[in-house]
Amino acid sequence: MDMSPSTIRPKLTARGVNVFYDDAHALKQVDLDIRAHEVTALIGPSGCGKSTFLRCLNRMNDLIDICRVDGDIRLDGEDIYDPAVDLVYLRARIGMVFQKPNPFPKSIHDNVAYGPKIHGLARSRAEMDEIVASSLERAGLWEEVKDRLDAPATGLSGGQQQRLCIARAIAVRPEVILMDEPCSSLDPIATARIEALMDELKQNFTIVIVTHSMQQAARVSQRTAFFHLGDLVEVGDTDTVFTQPVDPRTESYISGRIG
Amino acid sequence: MAQTVAAVRGGTRPSLMAAPEGRRARQVLGERVLLGLLAASSLVAILTTVGIALSLLFETLRFLDAVPLFDFLFGLNWSPQIAIREDQVGSSGAFGVIPLLVGTGLIAAVAMTVAGPLGLLSAIYLAEYASPRARSFAKPILEILAGIPTVVYGFFAVLVVAPFVRDSSEAVGFEVSSESALAAGVVMGVMIVPIVSSIADDVISAVPQSLREGAYGLGATKSETVRDIVLPAALPGIGGALLLGVSRAIGETMIVVMAAGLSAHLTVNPLQAVTTVTVQMVALLTGDQEFDSPKTLAAFALGLLLFIATLILNLIALMLVRRYRERYD
Ligand SMILES: Nc1ncnc2c1ncn2[C@@H]1O[C@H](COP(=O)(O)OP(=O)(O)OP(=O)(O)O)[C@@H](O)[C@H]1O
Ligand SMILES: [Mg+2]
Repeated sequence: MDMSPSTIRPKLTARGVNVFYDDAHALKQVDLDIRAHEVTALIGPSGCGKSTFLRCLNRMNDLIDICRVDGDIRLDGEDIYDPAVDLVYLRARIGMVFQKPNPFPKSIHDNVAYGPKIHGLARSRAEMDEIVASSLERAGLWEEVKDRLDAPATGLSGGQQQRLCIARAIAVRPEVILMDEPCSSLDPIATARIEALMDELKQNFTIVIVTHSMQQAARVSQRTAFFHLGDLVEVGDTDTVFTQPVDPRTESYISGRIG
Repeated sequence: MAQTVAAVRGGTRPSLMAAPEGRRARQVLGERVLLGLLAASSLVAILTTVGIALSLLFETLRFLDAVPLFDFLFGLNWSPQIAIREDQVGSSGAFGVIPLLVGTGLIAAVAMTVAGPLGLLSAIYLAEYASPRARSFAKPILEILAGIPTVVYGFFAVLVVAPFVRDSSEAVGFEVSSESALAAGVVMGVMIVPIVSSIADDVISAVPQSLREGAYGLGATKSETVRDIVLPAALPGIGGALLLGVSRAIGETMIVVMAAGLSAHLTVNPLQAVTTVTVQMVALLTGDQEFDSPKTLAAFALGLLLFIATLILNLIALMLVRRYRERYD
């Protein structure tokens, strides 16, 4: 199924992944490689398992009692479901941005500083301020907030909050950033800013994004994976998937007939 | 309604005034009667409350004819008994409310020292850590605790806790009266635990899951998430839960009547007997009394004081809890 050239070593590999919510079979035998320094888009109709797959990658599904994950998922060849894996460390390496901006009820500065603080990434106040500033800079928010770092984050606009959440994820210096419909609550201008940001961020990070917008997938991603009813139907270069889909289901989804 | 649907199916749209006259009139009458009944019920409730407040106010004004407001609010001496017999010297009595307020505050403080930590910790456990099974055990038990009549708690205070406090304090050489603020306060605290814990539990559970996921997504552990994100987010509501507990403590009567004592010592030593506003109201009004002596009227003044205090506490508490809910809806 995966058409990646063997010369590129994938950042993340999923093999034979099955996910159950109680008895409901939400993901069926999914094999997918995520390549480093690319944006991989997960698309498909509502309820097809995109979020479920994304949340397998940083073991966020562990939080859901009824959720069971089978199969093999590796980050740089290391099994992330190995019982010896430290979730704290795993999630430091694989960060996440959520559908709805969810800033903590703290100041802008403290939101960004929280991750570095719990992981002990800064040895001094100055170092922490430096991390906060550079993370906000890279999230394209610095100019707007540099004069009010101590203001509550909940006072920012939705688009600013989402960029703050991106800054918060970046601050931990992850290798992979997972984004679940990061623009779905934003207006077109805020969306454009985040899309531009993703393009920049992929130089330093590996990005996986779930999106309902096929235009967005086409604009930001290099690879696209199409899910349908728990199956990974098709994955390939974004251009190819959108112009010459192999599977008829992909074809009808991107031409707007299912979804 | 059925008519409308049928008419639509039939292809012709019915007029909006299509209902037959008689039926419409019946409907309107029915609505009116129901509305009147509902409005009357709420009116009765509201008028009763207003009536009680007003009667408290008027009797208090009569009381203040006999005792100056300043002496009442700031007097350090409470001994209304003197006023019983008119022929006695000092028949005017002493109605300084400070000792009662200090006693009430002392017992409430002891109670909240027990109920605050216990209530909050159990709320955190229930909301964040308990498995659904443990929760389904613990919740009803706490609710049963909340349903025990306070006279039973009072019993418990007098027969078990007070002797225990006395014996153990005497064993280490403290002078203790058989009725102590400590015994009454501790038992009252146990009574208040379910109030604090159930409101705090609601408030903590209302912190959106997305905030927790945000913290977990950054690699925070469970305890870091609870301590750094969930509790700070729930803080205003938790403050509200504690204030409601305090309000309940200062209004509680039965436990203190049985376990706190009658003598109005001005002390902050929890091993001594103190008396509270509610205990004095009971003492002033039990037995045969003329209803126009300063002694009985004082009960109304105390009642008004208590009413105002708990009203303010409740308003602040509800505001905190509600404001907090709005923020996350
Ligand atoms: N916490 C849960 N408990 C039970 N079932 C769940 C849970 N989360 C997801 N599911 C089920 O798993 C399936 C896949 O859901 P998922 O959220 O992954 O879909 P999705 O592709 O992200 O959809 P959307 O585009 O609407 O976000 C759905 O059938 C859903 O009902
Ligand atoms: Mg989803």
